[in-house]
Amino acid sequence: MRIALVATCLGDAMFPQAPRATVELLERLGHEVVFPADQTCCGQMHVNTGYLDMALPLVRHHVDVFSGALSSGRADVAVAPSGSCVGCVRHQHAMVARRGGDEKLARAAEELAARTYELSELLVDVLRVTDVGAYYPHRVTYHPTCHSLRMLRVGDKPLRLLREVRGLTLTELPDAEVCCGFGGTFAVKNAETSTAMLADKMANVVSTHAEVCAAGDSSCLMHIGGGLSRLRSGVRTVHLAEILASTTDGVPA
Amino acid sequence: MTTDLGNGRMTTDLGMPTVASDPHHHLRGTEPFPVAAHRALADTQLRQNLGHATRTIRAKRAGVVGEVDDWEELRRAGEGVKADVMARLPELLEQLEASVTARGGVVHWARDAEEANRIVVDLVRETGSDEVVKVKSMATQETGLNEALGAAGIAALETDLAELIVQLSDDTPSHFLVPAIHRNRSEIRDIFLREMPDVDPALTDEPRRLAMAARTHLRRKFLSATVGISGVNFAVADTGTISVVESEGNGRMCLTLPDTLITVMGVEKIVPTWSDLEVFLQLLPRSSTGERMNPYTSTWSGVTPGDGPQAFHLVLMDNGRSNVLASPDGRQALHCIRCSACLNVCPVYERTGGHAYGSIYPGPIGAVLSPQLTGIDGPDDVNASLPYASSLCGACFDACPVRIDIPHLLVQQRAAAVEAHGRPTAQDVAMRAAATAMASPRRFSLAERALRLGRLLGRSGRIRSVPGPGASAWFGARDMPAPPTETFREWWARRDRT
Repeated sequence: MRIALVATCLGDAMFPQAPRATVELLERLGHEVVFPADQTCCGQMHVNTGYLDMALPLVRHHVDVFSGALSSGRADVAVAPSGSCVGCVRHQHAMVARRGGDEKLARAAEELAARTYELSELLVDVLRVTDVGAYYPHRVTYHPTCHSLRMLRVGDKPLRLLREVRGLTLTELPDAEVCCGFGGTFAVKNAETSTAMLADKMANVVSTHAEVCAAGDSSCLMHIGGGLSRLRSGVRTVHLAEILASTTDGVPA
Repeated sequence: MTTDLGNGRMTTDLGMPTVASDPHHHLRGTEPFPVAAHRALADTQLRQNLGHATRTIRAKRAGVVGEVDDWEELRRAGEGVKADVMARLPELLEQLEASVTARGGVVHWARDAEEANRIVVDLVRETGSDEVVKVKSMATQETGLNEALGAAGIAALETDLAELIVQLSDDTPSHFLVPAIHRNRSEIRDIFLREMPDVDPALTDEPRRLAMAARTHLRRKFLSATVGISGVNFAVADTGTISVVESEGNGRMCLTLPDTLITVMGVEKIVPTWSDLEVFLQLLPRSSTGERMNPYTSTWSGVTPGDGPQAFHLVLMDNGRSNVLASPDGRQALHCIRCSACLNVCPVYERTGGHAYGSIYPGPIGAVLSPQLTGIDGPDDVNASLPYASSLCGACFDACPVRIDIPHLLVQQRAAAVEAHGRPTAQDVAMRAAATAMASPRRFSLAERALRLGRLLGRSGRIRSVPGPGASAWFGARDMPAPPTETFREWWARRDRT
């Protein structure tokens, strides 16, 4: 299958290891990855901070770039290593377009959304694989991110993928489904409440004695990892894609 | 008259006040949410009380919801009934008025809180009584009825145990259902010892002893009061039946013992038919107290000669609801049945409590309902801060028994808050700059290169602090990795070439 990668703005600029791992994983599974180079950002930060008018050109740009890639036959589907970016594409892009009075864009956004997948969805639902041949000899706990859970309903797909990883010990995270407190601009607009939520998430992560806290969103990992680093907790954060891309050949993770 | 606001949005002038009146400041707080939350977060006793209480109630709810096979269908039924009600509210209200009147009740219409309070005060005065007993009611909290009655020389006694605790301590409620959720039992014992005349000085903090003390205190009043005041859970349009759902039985006392019963309801509390109660009487108790069925469900239709109150007044109050109804998205907020499930599952509410929201409607639903009822007046209005009091985690939608899309409403109200900015704020400028950079691939690449300067701050690979205003909001408790030496697109381009 030919797969267009949505690297996400945060993944491109700050956490390239997640989109890189996505490329390596999908290519190892025998698929062709294309990277539409004009992509920038899905506009989620603007949408979720209430700047729907400013988000409209970003939505239009995203739809233009990826609808172009899919309709020209360069790719069959699009994937992002992020639950929240796919959540924005699937549940907010058409709303932003309609609110801006652009019904044509709204329809195009809906068509694109139907062919855009979060990584665990793509693997389990589309590519029908749970054992991706990964090797990751570490003790890992998994934080299911809010938008992957409650906007996309990925359910236990990430866990099914992790359970097949050789060498990996999965430890259950208490209160796993509770938000880590990131919430985009919430983390700075309501920093103290955000930090209080983070404190509880970190306490739960530390209680698992895991070496690694994994998740499917670099943004949530930036938050949890930022807190764990400040505490010198000795727990590191790793994107799900990096674990799934990891093999005995030593892809760093 | 219909006005086009642009962007395809319309507003309809219904000849009603556009926003709620808030004579006693129960709908709009005095501090922005982050300021009020700061105090709450520092109160370790409050954090413990709330954490314990919400955890307990979440577990109970999850248990009883999990045992209903058709829970999702019930939610959809509740959503459907409420959407139907909002679509034909005027017609249903007139039907309710006719059926209540036909059964011997008197219906009053109140445009706003002041009018509702005035109607109730006048009705109580006509009875000659200078005291009333009250059933727990959000509508009369909203209007500040107790203050209005007090100003008219009429003493109002709250009879719900938790509401009594709040009233005795001159506090304000912090939860729909458990207004004293922020208190623990030893704090409650202290309040009773301090404020309750004739209380046994040896009172302990054993829940049973506390309830007995409250019962002794209240029962004298139940037997002497001649006027009862209640709110409404559901009002059935076709039969004129009013329903109040409760746990303690104090409501039943107030609804049956006095000669005169005055009931105040927000106009959205209506359901079309008696059989619609089937849906809501399953949804509400499981969502609110985590019970299969609540202990007391009272229903009454007008006046029954020789049985119960012989005078019944129903006050139908708008107070900003027509304004909410006029918003095609926002009107969902009127579907709320005040179960408080969204409060109990909200990670923000659990840590800040209800007072931080400044409105008697706290939590996720309050964060969208309060600003819709009273409006957002510019960037410094405390209402502008409420829609941001959420990480948009979505737990509220999953818990809502009538499927209100609260995360969507939060985003909509954030947009309303942004629109209320008269001149650009610092946040507007930053967002504009980011949008400009992100709208063009070339500018985005330039911004990425500029970001790499951040490596200077984090030579160890981690950035622990950044100079400049606002940075402490992140770096107060969190590090940030140094920007990578190579962005993804640079890696991709390099790989493409080799």
